Amino acid sequence: MIKNILNLGDAALYCDFGSDVNKKINSEVIKYFNTIKEQNITGINNLTPSYNKLIISYDLKVTNYKEIKDKIEKLNVAEALKTNNKKIEIPVCCDPSFSLDMERLENKLNLTKEKILENFFNKEFFCYMTGFIAGMPFLGDLDENMRVQRLETPRVKVPKGSVGITEQFADIYTFESPGGWNIIGNTPLEVFDSSKEIDPNLINPGDTIKFKQISLEEYKNYNE
Amino acid sequence: MSKNYFEIIRAGVNTTFQDKGRNNLYHIGIPFSGAMDNRNYLLANKLVGNKLDLPVIEFAYQGPLLKFYGDKINIVITGDVVFKIKQNDKEIDGNCYETYELKDKDEINILSTNKSVYGYLAISGKFDLKLQWGSCSINTKANIGSNDGKKLANEQIINISGINENINKKKINYQNSKIENIRVMKGTNFDYFSDEGKKDFLEKEFTVSKLSDRMGMRLEGPEIENIVNTNIKSEGLLKGVIQVPADGNPIIMLSDHGTIGGYPKIAVVASVDYDRLVQISPGSKIKFKEIELSDAETLFKLYEMETQNLLSQI
Repeated sequence: MIKNILNLGDAALYCDFGSDVNKKINSEVIKYFNTIKEQNITGINNLTPSYNKLIISYDLKVTNYKEIKDKIEKLNVAEALKTNNKKIEIPVCCDPSFSLDMERLENKLNLTKEKILENFFNKEFFCYMTGFIAGMPFLGDLDENMRVQRLETPRVKVPKGSVGITEQFADIYTFESPGGWNIIGNTPLEVFDSSKEIDPNLINPGDTIKFKQISLEEYKNYNE
Repeated sequence: MSKNYFEIIRAGVNTTFQDKGRNNLYHIGIPFSGAMDNRNYLLANKLVGNKLDLPVIEFAYQGPLLKFYGDKINIVITGDVVFKIKQNDKEIDGNCYETYELKDKDEINILSTNKSVYGYLAISGKFDLKLQWGSCSINTKANIGSNDGKKLANEQIINISGINENINKKKINYQNSKIENIRVMKGTNFDYFSDEGKKDFLEKEFTVSKLSDRMGMRLEGPEIENIVNTNIKSEGLLKGVIQVPADGNPIIMLSDHGTIGGYPKIAVVASVDYDRLVQISPGSKIKFKEIELSDAETLFKLYEMETQNLLSQI
């Protein structure tokens, strides 16, 4: 449930679902997100779900805070349980040329490379949100023994396709971008396809993700 | 029909195609983008007899030098812009908000946006552009939009796919107003900052940094003291949101902002001041003034009525 609704400026609602980051709270956020999206409420022009917040922006020319707040409070979310969340397998190659931070991870986690990969590939992840850069999924949760901080100095350029971990989360760099996550491998899969007019992103909030280790050979042949 | 196009002799500092922007894509990480100064964008299209949502050329600081090839076309420049029109070796000073008819091999030379930042060039017709997610708007940081998401370059050709039939000369008298006091509402993390920090934010002057661009406006001034946490769990951003990272220097999110961020939100700029905010050039001083939501809503209504009134005069 939404614990509190505030205004974020004069053209957005800030819906607060709590302060913890967990699947239960995030699933509530996603439920609201899906319901509102389906209802096509006049004036709403953007929805940004995140771990435990949902920001609803609207066109101030057409509507206002009070009107949208009323509509959200009256929303019947219980009915909107039909979700089309998917289970997606993401191939990842952990050849040394891709796992840029393996040594750092071994040191920080005090685990062998083999153990790190075993933990990572055995985990089933949940997509909390996408964004920051187009299509980038924020996936969780890694077990306690796999949690590390961001790099002290972020990279100016993280290669496209890089798969990184930080704290309880994993993410995928859909574009080359600056970034500070610990890079464990790289996926040849096009996680965000800008040429698609509809649904350019493969992974959506609420989806379940499993990473699958592939060899350098398989990586090279993947898109052929 | 002869082929109509512009040759870009000089592209300028940051020249892009922009329109009304993209809706409903924040949740996959794609920002709104669109013309930074919406009023000047709308006025440009109206003056050349276009539908109001057509793509225009947006430029910042120094604009492009363009040579027209074809039959004839009307153009208009909006903003606070210094430019020249060259026809048959004769060069004249151009006036903003007044249309000019260009004939084959005429040139338009956009020299500067004076003491503002963004200006607009519209043509009485359509640029030949491939839209992405319903909009031409170029976001150079994410390579989204027409022209492969890149800013316009020297020697490039801009094709024109259609020219309006009736092109009458049009003109309005309009002077862009400037503001120094940016009206804001308290942000969702206002109480993350010390009393001293809140006071500094609402009472002291800030300087617009050179590092400002279409993504954000960076400010330098008193360091805003945070007493709770310099990070929050990442959550959505909007244009106009003012974040304060650990270094204490506020950043105002602008049209190409990242969709998610993890710095505390001290305040949000009122929509009424957005068009004028983006026109404040680096080195200028600004101050924030707190207003209530109801005031922000009323002020925006008045601003919007003024825009509609201007459009109806054309």
